[in-house]
Amino acid sequence: MSLSYLESLQQALHHVMKQDPNVIVLGEDIIDPYGGAFKVTKGLSTHYPQRVLATPISESAIVGISTGLAVRGFKPVAEIMFGDFMALVADQLLNSACKFALMYQDKVSVPLVVRTPMGGGRGYGPTHSQCLEKMFLGIPGLKVVCPSVFHDPGALLTHSILQEAGPVLFVEYKNLYGLTLQRPDTIRMKTSGSGFPVVIADNSDAVPDIVILSYGGLSEAVLQVMQRMTEEEIHIRLILPSLLSTTMDASIITKYINSCTKVLVTDNNTPGFGWVSETVNWLYQHSDIHNAKVHTLTAQDTVVPAAQVLEDAVLVTPQKLEQSIIEIIS
Amino acid sequence: MSEQIEQLVQQMCLIRHTETALLELFSQGKVRGTVHTCLGQEACAVGVVSALNKETDIIYSNHRGHGHYLAYSQDVYGLIAEILGLPAGICHGVGGSQHLQFNNFYTNGIQGAGVPITVGMALAEKLKGSSAIAVPFIGDGTFGEGAIYEAFNIAALWQAPVMFVVEFNHYAQSTPSLMQHAGDLRTRVDTYGIPVTVIDGMDVCKVKAAAAIVAEYVRAGKGPAMLFLETYRLGPHSKGDDDRLQSEIDRYRLRDPLVVCRQLMSQAVFERIEKDAASQVSSVIKELLA
Repeated sequence: MSLSYLESLQQALHHVMKQDPNVIVLGEDIIDPYGGAFKVTKGLSTHYPQRVLATPISESAIVGISTGLAVRGFKPVAEIMFGDFMALVADQLLNSACKFALMYQDKVSVPLVVRTPMGGGRGYGPTHSQCLEKMFLGIPGLKVVCPSVFHDPGALLTHSILQEAGPVLFVEYKNLYGLTLQRPDTIRMKTSGSGFPVVIADNSDAVPDIVILSYGGLSEAVLQVMQRMTEEEIHIRLILPSLLSTTMDASIITKYINSCTKVLVTDNNTPGFGWVSETVNWLYQHSDIHNAKVHTLTAQDTVVPAAQVLEDAVLVTPQKLEQSIIEIIS
Repeated sequence: MSEQIEQLVQQMCLIRHTETALLELFSQGKVRGTVHTCLGQEACAVGVVSALNKETDIIYSNHRGHGHYLAYSQDVYGLIAEILGLPAGICHGVGGSQHLQFNNFYTNGIQGAGVPITVGMALAEKLKGSSAIAVPFIGDGTFGEGAIYEAFNIAALWQAPVMFVVEFNHYAQSTPSLMQHAGDLRTRVDTYGIPVTVIDGMDVCKVKAAAAIVAEYVRAGKGPAMLFLETYRLGPHSKGDDDRLQSEIDRYRLRDPLVVCRQLMSQAVFERIEKDAASQVSSVIKELLA
C-alpha cells in the first residue's frame, strides 16, 4: 500500500507528537472534526488535545507565539492555511525568529517549523494560489524546505521538526496532496544527501537528452511528461532538491549534469529573482557546465487567475513543459 | 525598608549615569548607530523589574531597553561594551543598543513584534507548569502596531501569564501621543477583559508596589493583566534629536524620578549613591576604552 503526499504528512505529525512531548501544533481551523483546511492535521487534536491549539485568524501572532514557545524549549509547528498568508508572517520570521540565534550569538535557538501550502492549479485565484517561497529565500538563518512527489514528505517534515535547531519554512504543494507517492516502474530514482536529500530520477538508463532541475509542485507535471516521453525514447533526467534555501552540492553537477549539454531549470513562480535564477547562477559558477545551454521556464509575470483556461495560460503545465523540452532537444 | 529604597535609587542612578555617558560617547563619535535612552523613565524599569522573580520571570524589552536591562542584570560593563561594539559586549557587538539577550531577558528593535513572542514564552512556562510570568515592555507609540492586538486577544483567550507593562511617555519618536491615537490608551484592552492598573511611573516605590500586586495576580493563574505607567521621556528620542518645547520638558523635570525619590532619604545618602554610580560608570568606560 502506498501513501499519498497528504497521508505521509499526516502520519509524520502523529509520529512526532508521539515521539516528542515538546511538539505543539498551532493554526487556524486545525482541530477535529475539521482537521485543517487541507486536512494535514486531521486526527491530531483527538489524540493530543492539549498540544493542538486552534488559533484565531492571526497569522502574525501564530508565528510570534510559536517563536516564543520555541525559544523557551518547545518544538512548535505552525500551520499557515495558505502560503499567500506568509506575507502576514514575514516580519515575525525575518525580524525575530531568524534573527535571534544570529544576533544573540547562539545564546538562544528557535526550533520552529512553519508549514504552509503553496501553488495554483486549483482555481483559488490571485491571493490563494501563489508560490511565495521565493520571498523567503536568502534570509540568513531560515531553511526553506519543499518536498516533491518523488520525496518522502513525512520524513522531511519529521527531520525539520525533530532535528533542526533553527526555523524551517516547510512548503507543501496543494496540487500534490492527493497524489500517491508510488512511482511507475519506468522511473529510476536515487537520492543524494541525508536530511533534506536531492532526488535524481531518470526515465531510462541511457545518457539523458536533457536534464531538468525543478522542485515541489511541478514535479507532478514533469513526471507526467517523463512517462509520456519514455515511449518516444526521449531520455530525461530530473533533479529535485528538497532544500531550496541553499544551492545544491557541486557534486550534483559533476555526477548528474555534466554529461548533458541541454539543461532546463523550471518552477511555477513568477519569472526572475527566485529559485530558478539562483539555480542558473549556481550552474554557471561551475566551469564544467559552460558547454551546456541552460534554459528556463517559469509562470507568467502576472497574477494567478481563477478560471481554469486563464490559470493554465499563466502557469507552467505539462503541455508547456513538453513543448519546451521538444524545442530544446531538437 | 530604607535599605530597599536605597537599592532602588542606586539602580535608577546607575541607569541615569550609564545613559548620560552613552550620549556623551555618542557625541564624541565613539558610539555608532543610535542610542535610545530612557532618561526620566528609570522608575518604570527599576520599579517593575525589582518586583519580579529574576531567576524565573521573563522580560521582553524593546528599542528603549537599557534601563530594563540594567535593572535586570546590573551589568553596566556588558551593556556599554555592547554599545561600543566590543567583543566583551553581551552579544559581542552584534546586537548594539537594541538587540540584547541575557538569561531570561530579551530585546529586539521591531515595535510590537515582541508582544506575541512574549505571549508564546508565557504559554511555554504555563505548559511546563512553572510559576514564571512573562513581561513585555511597550510604549504608547507601540499601540499603533497591529501585532499587539492579536497578542492581547490570544493572551486573554488562553489565559497566558503575561504582565503587559506600558510606559506611557507621551511621544513616539517626535510625534505626540495625541496625534496618533484615538480614544484613551488606558482603556484599550478593556474589551479583552484584561484588567489595567494605572500608576504614576515617576515614583519608583509606587511602581514597585503596583507591579508586585499585578505580578501576583498574573502568577496566580488569573490570566494576563496590564500595568500602565504614566511617565515622560526627559531626554531625546535618540542621540540629540528633540523638538519639544523646553517649557514642557522643564515641567516634567519637577517629576523626574530622581527628584521624586530624594524625599525618601537624607541628602547625604542620596549624594553618596549618586557619586558611587557616577564613579562606577566612569571606571567601566575608562577600562573599556583603554
